[in-house]
Amino acid sequence: MELTGAQSLIKSLEQAGVEVLFGLPGGAILPVYDPLIESSMRHILVRHEQGAGHAAEGYAQVTGKPGVAMVTSGPGATNIVTPLADAFMDSIPLVVISGQVATSAIGTDAFQEVDFTGITQGVTKHNWLVTDPDEIPRIIKEAFHVATTGRPGPVVVDFPKDVANAKTDWNWPDEVDLPGYNPPGPPEPEAVRKALELIYQAERPVVYVGGGVIKANASEALAEFIKLTDFPLVTTLMARGAFPDSDSHHLGMPGMHGSYAAVTAIQKSDLLISLGARFDDRVTGKVSAFAPNAKVIHVDIDPAEIGKVRRPDVPVIADCALAIEAIVAEIKKAAAGKKSVFAAATKTKQAAWMAQVQEWKAMFPFAYDGKGESNYPGPIKPQQVVEELSAAADENTILVTGVGQHQMWASQLWSFAKPRHWVSSGGLGTMGFAVPAAMGAKVGQPTKTVWAVDGDGCFQMTAQELITCSQEQIPVKIAILNNAYLGMVRQWQQMFYEERYSEVYLSADLPDYVKWAESMGCVGFKVSEPSEVAPVIEKANSIYDRPVVVDFRTDSMEKVFPMVPAGASNDDILVHPSLRERLSREQ
Amino acid sequence: MTPVDAKEKPLREEEGTELIRPKPSHHLLAIKVENKFGVLSRVAGLFSRRGFNIVSLAVAPTEDERFSRISIVVDAESAPLEQVMSQLNKLINVVEITQLHPDDAVEVELLLVTLRFDNKSIVAIQETIKKYKASILEQNDRLITISCADYPGKLDKLESILRDYPIVALQRTGQIALPRLEFLSK
Repeated sequence: MELTGAQSLIKSLEQAGVEVLFGLPGGAILPVYDPLIESSMRHILVRHEQGAGHAAEGYAQVTGKPGVAMVTSGPGATNIVTPLADAFMDSIPLVVISGQVATSAIGTDAFQEVDFTGITQGVTKHNWLVTDPDEIPRIIKEAFHVATTGRPGPVVVDFPKDVANAKTDWNWPDEVDLPGYNPPGPPEPEAVRKALELIYQAERPVVYVGGGVIKANASEALAEFIKLTDFPLVTTLMARGAFPDSDSHHLGMPGMHGSYAAVTAIQKSDLLISLGARFDDRVTGKVSAFAPNAKVIHVDIDPAEIGKVRRPDVPVIADCALAIEAIVAEIKKAAAGKKSVFAAATKTKQAAWMAQVQEWKAMFPFAYDGKGESNYPGPIKPQQVVEELSAAADENTILVTGVGQHQMWASQLWSFAKPRHWVSSGGLGTMGFAVPAAMGAKVGQPTKTVWAVDGDGCFQMTAQELITCSQEQIPVKIAILNNAYLGMVRQWQQMFYEERYSEVYLSADLPDYVKWAESMGCVGFKVSEPSEVAPVIEKANSIYDRPVVVDFRTDSMEKVFPMVPAGASNDDILVHPSLRERLSREQ
Repeated sequence: MTPVDAKEKPLREEEGTELIRPKPSHHLLAIKVENKFGVLSRVAGLFSRRGFNIVSLAVAPTEDERFSRISIVVDAESAPLEQVMSQLNKLINVVEITQLHPDDAVEVELLLVTLRFDNKSIVAIQETIKKYKASILEQNDRLITISCADYPGKLDKLESILRDYPIVALQRTGQIALPRLEFLSK
């Protein structure tokens, strides 16, 4: 059957299972938008291409399916570079189709021409420039294969206008032929055996759970591993929800703004079992002082992560779920007919360790002034907002954030129950992520409530996508923790730059968020009193037919604690002022 | 694949007592890549992006036209060699990476040099040409262009000798290599 390159592309996307794409048309991609009219795929017209990219990321994070975005050449393409970089850092499967000038015009500085495969080389897992219309189905199949297998990541298919207009046949290939691409599968039995040797001898173990556990859908395997071993665990920013926060084994998030128990347990551990985590600098602090006495088992599907930051004693290169399942199977085998797989003396030491980490957890919670005080005079503490939101949420509520103080409070204080119910920008730290990512999450899970906790600085970067949400009937809810500052930067200037505040103050009264929300078709609320927080959240939760924006006026000077100063050892963790005396007694 | 520390390997003896060895931090990688658009840029881009240093690079198609081989000498002081190799392996178009240790491979590099000479120096230059089995590609009454293909270490020696004369232009290709026959038959 003869069709155009554009039709071939649309048909290939349908064949790849695409249900939704986020995009914005323009000159070079025009031919592709024409057959889209007849397609079964839903297209969501964003107001800025960055919104399309983050929406596709949000969609991917909550569904486990690849997110797809389509943009035109030149500025349309460059506007989606930030989401590509974000997805690359956080291993999110993304397929971006970009228009390109005609192949005959490439290299001539044609109107809206950029070398997009060149620009995105460093922020994609792979990219393709389509030059032969007959190759469209093959390239699309390869693109989805590469984006979703192994360590997932973003890919770009750059699509010249003449290729879109050319006549071609459509043949969907049975298999992909990528001789240089062989993602790891199950672990080597020898690696599992060596890992178990360390596990059986561990006296002060900590399981360090990263985003790979979410990507590999390994939460069930992880739960079984914890049940069998009774080991305490921590979940990184990318792994929140991989294991329920309510379980006593869970010590919270590690790292710069992690819980005291999580950070300290890692520091004092004798075995660190890293599952799909990458020893990011925001987790390790000063690398040479990170978990100095721990042996390390490093499970990762990406061989390049092994030894990149910390040399493991036992590397396990494998899919996280398969690796944990293999370890679990071996432990079960070893446990058959025995009371415990651990020697009695080891078990005693592990129990003492568990008691110790539980004590840290109880002694050093996330503290803030006015916590739990019903008549706290205000201003509203941002932490209170997150806690009230979490308390009012059902376990199917998805939480999305931007980047900064509000993100840390959200991660610290929300009670996570399930994987794929948390969407945040981790590695790249992309301000403005929340609104479009929330939109994508709601499109992916339309029956679930989606709350975004955002900062006022972040919100102003991408709020225009709320117009898209209103028009496309995507009723997300946004809680702005509005402290009138670029809060995290202000915190650093306060703590490390002698309170010399440089370009961090936004405004206490600009913009008017309620009016702005209303002008975009949303319901807007403004909350200034601590006592109003819960009632307004209840009101917001009862609105189902349109987006809601709540402007919470919060304490401008509130800081995120605990904090490990940048470059410092995790031993030098700073806790909330109200806990400092307790900490100095402890040390 | 574990990186091999060149220091632990025996030195290669060449023509009498001369010892020729590469710098310990230099490692030769033979990278088999799919012969696709932009593949060299992907490999080179990865080096600059990850802060790895390239000492030399040579690329050409192989016996199989679907693939090219990039011979690249890495200065692994900038990053552990293992990390360089695993990052390279992540490139979709990279099919295979082999680290070639000097003892396990035949290595050749080509040097071209144009020298200015006079009646006195030409005699010594000709002697050097003979000693190093170099050849004269072109010559007029003032200038001579010489080529020599040999082990990089030997070319280093030749180059240092020739630097005593006024060099008009000098160009080296970067080394290429193949495993020694004994490793191929295994």
